[in-house]
Amino acid sequence: MSLSQVEKEIEKLQKELLDCNQERKKEIESQIKKQEEYYQHLSPYDHVYLARKSTRPNIKDYINHLFDDFIELHGDRLAKDDGSIVGGIGLFNQQPVTIIGHLKGKTLEDNLKCNFGMSSPEGYRKAMRLMKQAEKFKRPIIAFVDTPGAYPGMEAEMHGIGEAIARNLLEMSLLKVPIITIVIGEGGSGGALALSVSDRLVMLENSVYSILSPEGFASILWKDQEGKRVAEAASLMKLTAKDLYERHIIDHIIDEDLKGATVESYEVYRQIKEYLNTNLKELQKLSTSQLINKRYEKYRKIGQVF
Amino acid sequence: MMEQLFKERKEKLHLFKSLRKKRENERKEVPEGLYTKCPKCKELILTSKLKKNMSVCPHCGNHLKITAYERLEMIYDQGKYKELYKSTQRVNPLEFPGYDEKLEFLQQKTGLNEAVVVASGKINGTKVITCVMDSRFLMGSMSSIVGDKITKAIEHATKRKYPLIIFTASGGARMQEGIYSLMQMTKTSSALARHHQAGLLYISYITHPTTGGVTASFASLGDIIIGEPQALIGFAGRRVIESTLKQKLPENFQTTEFMEEQGFVDLIVKRQEMRSTLIRILKMHGKGA
Repeated sequence: MSLSQVEKEIEKLQKELLDCNQERKKEIESQIKKQEEYYQHLSPYDHVYLARKSTRPNIKDYINHLFDDFIELHGDRLAKDDGSIVGGIGLFNQQPVTIIGHLKGKTLEDNLKCNFGMSSPEGYRKAMRLMKQAEKFKRPIIAFVDTPGAYPGMEAEMHGIGEAIARNLLEMSLLKVPIITIVIGEGGSGGALALSVSDRLVMLENSVYSILSPEGFASILWKDQEGKRVAEAASLMKLTAKDLYERHIIDHIIDEDLKGATVESYEVYRQIKEYLNTNLKELQKLSTSQLINKRYEKYRKIGQVF
Repeated sequence: MMEQLFKERKEKLHLFKSLRKKRENERKEVPEGLYTKCPKCKELILTSKLKKNMSVCPHCGNHLKITAYERLEMIYDQGKYKELYKSTQRVNPLEFPGYDEKLEFLQQKTGLNEAVVVASGKINGTKVITCVMDSRFLMGSMSSIVGDKITKAIEHATKRKYPLIIFTASGGARMQEGIYSLMQMTKTSSALARHHQAGLLYISYITHPTTGGVTASFASLGDIIIGEPQALIGFAGRRVIESTLKQKLPENFQTTEFMEEQGFVDLIVKRQEMRSTLIRILKMHGKGA
């Protein structure tokens, strides 16, 4: 049994609920309750399912609920404007900040515009341009990660997608302003990494962060093409927020509602606001060299052997 | 109980050492075969002749794969260098089933401790730190130890004001180390940022094949990026791209020549000119480079 099956089952029961007698109603309600117990024990693959759900808030919802007076800025000043990355400036508690992140659409039409959150080199270069701009005006950077990964396309390769990601990693490690990155859905491979070299890396409870999708993982390691071993791959990969927090890869987890975050999850927005508030204050107290050195140490110690 | 454990370990170590010795002897006395077939033009080449030609096919110019140690011998003065961070320590951060055994097996089979060899030595009298990835070890994939050795090498070069060369060859991420593999991209790139800030020279040298996370980190960050002829350099795999686009890609797609045309490789250098090119570049950057 997986969460997607459980949700279908619940949906079926709820439909039945609309048109039945009192006695049957009680029965169905208890059945629903029983099904809902599943949410207490989600498997890693269930988290992947929730992280990808189209009912989850996307970057635009977070911008609406966390910041005032957002002004979107476009383009990398080199080639084009990549719609899979949203960036701009806004106010957080009256303070100007730069906001950048992947955009995943909620409908097919939206997704065609933002390429399902898969960025091309131009997207990462646009992000870099806005981050440099933030540095110039001493604005903290708040980044949102929500991507299956960088776009595997011919043009992306020809325009140096590897170089674009690499450049972001190098430049972000030297940026003189605080960077807080929040993984809101999928954190897929290098495409996620290119926005997450940060002073604080935060994940939503049901978001995931991994080297590649569990499907890709199973296909590479076990030549599994039909997705038979995807759930097993998800368990081995240690990609949930809880796993990564325990391993000190991330700094904090934002709790979600029992059934995962939705656009109306005001408690999620409140927690993020509180976290940003406290941590921006903390980070802004540091000198520039302290800030950059701490950021270096944070990554230096991951998988440190020597 | 403990005594038994120690005894077992000793025996294992002994076996390992004898195996290693045997292999070293084999290397010296028995050539791998009198002839080697070029994987590209399929011509048979006298192995001794091929070695003399730096493992470049005399018929078609194909640059055959060489080991990290062969590469180091080719670039350093009199072929002499000191290997750094040689520990054979193994880590399995995700407790991935079967991974420890695989690493142990590969260490014995290849004589490498991981997919990268770090060395320090002189090239035309200039002290240079070099990292050479070796694709015989799990396709040169990026593990914690690979990331850590390269980071240590960069930090060492930064501290001592040495120029740095990294020869890349990698299939990408080390699946068995998951997120730890991914984070090595950040770690190595951050270390390079400091080497860069110190005004030091970093040459990235692309050899076949360089893909995935290595392309998206240190391979693409050289002040000067050199490519070996016809080496593969790319981020996503060819098959992945073809299945996304549902169309065939150009024949020379993702070769160093193709990427030179696109503006992402500075120059293509034949292996016979590798050392002399490095010398010419190093010269123009002064002693401390």
